[in-house]
Formats: sequence, structure tokens, C-alpha cells
Amino acid sequence: MRILLMRKHARSNPRNFMMGLLLLCLISACAPAAAGTPENPSALDTHGPGAAQISGLWWLMLGIGVVIFAAVVVLLVMALLRKRRSTVYTPAERDSDTGRSWVIWGGIIMPLGVLAILFVFTLHTLAAITDPVDTPLSVQVVGRQWWWEVNYQQQGIATANELHIPVGVPVQLSLESGDVNHSFWVPQLHGKMDLIPGRTNTLTIKADDPGVYRGECAEFCGLQHAHMGFVVVAESQADFDQWVVGQQKPATAPTDDAVQRGEQVFLSAGCSFCHTVRGLDDSSVDVGKVDLGPDLTHLESRLMIAGATLTNNVGNLAGWVVGAQHIKPGSLMPNINLPADDLQALLAYLESLH
Amino acid sequence: MKLRVLWIALIGFGFSLTACAAGVNGGPEAQTVPQGNVEQGRTLIVHYGCGSCHTIPGIMGADAKVGPPLDDFYERTYIAGLLPNTWQNLSKWIQDPQGVLPHNAMPDLGVSEADARDIVAYLYHQPGLFDFLRR
Repeated sequence: MRILLMRKHARSNPRNFMMGLLLLCLISACAPAAAGTPENPSALDTHGPGAAQISGLWWLMLGIGVVIFAAVVVLLVMALLRKRRSTVYTPAERDSDTGRSWVIWGGIIMPLGVLAILFVFTLHTLAAITDPVDTPLSVQVVGRQWWWEVNYQQQGIATANELHIPVGVPVQLSLESGDVNHSFWVPQLHGKMDLIPGRTNTLTIKADDPGVYRGECAEFCGLQHAHMGFVVVAESQADFDQWVVGQQKPATAPTDDAVQRGEQVFLSAGCSFCHTVRGLDDSSVDVGKVDLGPDLTHLESRLMIAGATLTNNVGNLAGWVVGAQHIKPGSLMPNINLPADDLQALLAYLESLH
Repeated sequence: MKLRVLWIALIGFGFSLTACAAGVNGGPEAQTVPQGNVEQGRTLIVHYGCGSCHTIPGIMGADAKVGPPLDDFYERTYIAGLLPNTWQNLSKWIQDPQGVLPHNAMPDLGVSEADARDIVAYLYHQPGLFDFLRR
């Protein structure tokens, strides 16, 4: 008997342990989900009015879901604990319609009520996040496999994978696609909006707080869909204006020997067939038509490279230039086979593009 | 009950044998670096983007093949085919690859001496199971 008890005890212990572990995993998985990190932004950690409206709706749906789930569990427990009826039914029991009323109330009337409530709140949210008509700033965003072309046409700025917006100002985005369907999503600022070839969709985003918010392509668009990220930098109006002025300038002609050599490598290695550097004179390329790769005029001012896959530093830049196909297989950027000296010069040149 | 104890003892003995192996055959072993912090090194390797060119166990996404793989670095004989593999030389190399070996492909990353020590500490440490799971 004692042995039996001990065995039973020993067997139940690991099970409790596993359950505890599972619970711990669930809790630890949920806790950061609500807070989010810069690398893994959460749609519940909102910094813009659009995202705030949507997360409000999300919490409402979660609340209703929890109440219904709890009610179902209570009913289930009650049914399990209920004394078993005798197998012989009295005529009164057989004719009673208790079962039917459960189906009518629980299966038809209650779901209709819940859906009606959610419908009203959803309409309310949709109305609240509708784009305002007049915005002081509009930006064209073109989705490409697998990066984001960003054009501030009024300001004459072209950049990539990085949107700068002034805090508190609604910014209208004209979303277009250069190839296949993509979807623009900055979870902390607003909901998703598709980019569809041959069509221009608009989305107005606004950031309430300064910060760097990560965005992702949210519509499967091919091999490197998961590496098609970008960042939205929300900054004060003064910082934004300063950024605009800096971006409007063309690249300055290199004075340093190494940088000058790097410029020659940039031209001879064929970089300029896909990448524009405004201010760099290349007679072999029609500058206005180069859009295969990001504009590199102010590459060094950007936080990330390769569709927000890598932080922008010389180590990552070197690995990207000579081994892009290993980092993002299938992207248009080829591995550039350069002699080591040329690579150093090219890196010096790229680093000079402030 | 007795059988279980026997098994545990046997497994323990097996582990101790494998642990001895490195010492017995005289090969270089993992080592610690004075004032080098392994965990800090792990963070710095991500920060400087080493993984864009090198395969490094235990670093998420570090599986590139531009430069040589850096696994079991303590077992290497030469650094860059040039310097004997000591932590001092490796630190020097990481700080100033273009100065040590001009015309090579590794760019100067602007690594400070303290940062280089932490990175060397990481490259010389014995990777655990966790490091392999984190590849």
C-alpha cells in the first residue's frame, strides 16, 4: 500500500511540474506580447490614434470572448457534476422543452446579440479611423520585392525603408506597388493597408509620441517577405525640418583619396545601374529611371539596411555588399565580388554618404 | 531501483570520459579572457554585425559565409593566416584588421579595446547547449 501510494505520488509530481512549466511558458509568452519591444512591436502598445482605436476594439472583443468562455466552462462543469438521470424517463421529462430553449437562447439569440454589439462598435471604430481630408504632408510609399521606396515628392526627397514624420501631424501616405501585393503595417501607429499594383491606396498615420516604430510587410509577397521591414521615425517638427533639409542636399563630391577611389569602385562595379546617388555624375545611367534598388544619396543617415533586416553599420554593410544573397536569398541585390581593397574603398565611400 | 542508480552512474562516467578527452589529447581548450565578459561579447557581436560575414554559434542569424566560421575559435592555430592564436592577438586583430594585415577584406569596425576583450571572451568560451539552440 505504501509503495503504491509513493508511486502514485511520484507519478503525479512530474505531471504537476509539467503543468506548471506550461503555465509559466504561457504567462511569460503573454507578458511581453502586450508591452512589445522595438524589434517586436505590439499592436497593443499604441502610439497613434489609429492603433489606439483598433486596440480598443481588440480589448472589447477579448473581454466578450473571456465572458463567453467562462460561461461555457461553468455550464460544462455544472453538466459534469450533475447527478446522472435514471435511464427511464418519465413522460413529463421526455416532453419538456428545456433542451430546445437552451439551443434557441444560447445558439441563436445570444450570438446575434453579441454580433450586433460588435457590429456597432466596429462601425464606430471604422468611422473614427477614416482618413482626414486635408493633411499638411503627403508621402508616396512604393512596395517592392523586398523593400520600401519612400518619396517625399513635395520636398524632392527619395529614401528607402525609413519614413520620417513630425509628431502630432497627420501624414497621408499614397501606397503603391511596383510588383506584387504588399501590405503596409506599423502596428503601434495604425492598422494595415494593402499596396496593390495599378492602384493607389491611401492611409493617414499620426504618431502621438516621438520614437522609432517598426513596420512590416503584412501581405505575403514572395521569398523574402519576412525581411521586408521598415522604420517610422517620429520626431519633433524642428528635427523633422532639419532632416528634410539634410535629405534635400545632393551627395558632396569626395575629397578624401580613399573615398574618391570608392566612388570609382561604385561606378565601375555597376552599383549605379540600380542605385541612385544624387550628385554623382554617371553618364552611362539615366538617373531618373533607376529604381531597382534604394536611393543611396544619404545612406549613412539611415538606421537600418536591407529592408530593416540589419542595423546600418560598416560590418553589416560589408556583409550585405559582398553576400546579399546569403542574407536575403532571391533579392535583386547580387553578391558583389570585389577585391578586398576595392571593398574597403567602397565601404569608405558608402560611409561618406551622410 | 538499483538498476536506475547503475544507469546514472554509467552515464555520469561516460560524461566524465568525454570531458577528459580534450585534456588527454593535448588540444587547445576553451579559455577565459581577463576582464572579458562572455555575455557582453554576445551582445557586441550582434551590435557590430559580425554575423553578416561570419558563422558564429550561439548568435541569432550569424550564419554568413563571407569570412571564415568562428566556431571553436580556441582550437584555431592562426588568426587571419598570420598571427598565432592568443587572446591578445585576436583582440588586436578585431580592433585593427586593416592595420594588422593591409589589403584584407575585413573592414575596421571601430571596436574599442574593452569591447574587443568581451568579443574575444565570447569566441573563446565553451559553447553550451543553449548556444546551439540559439543559432
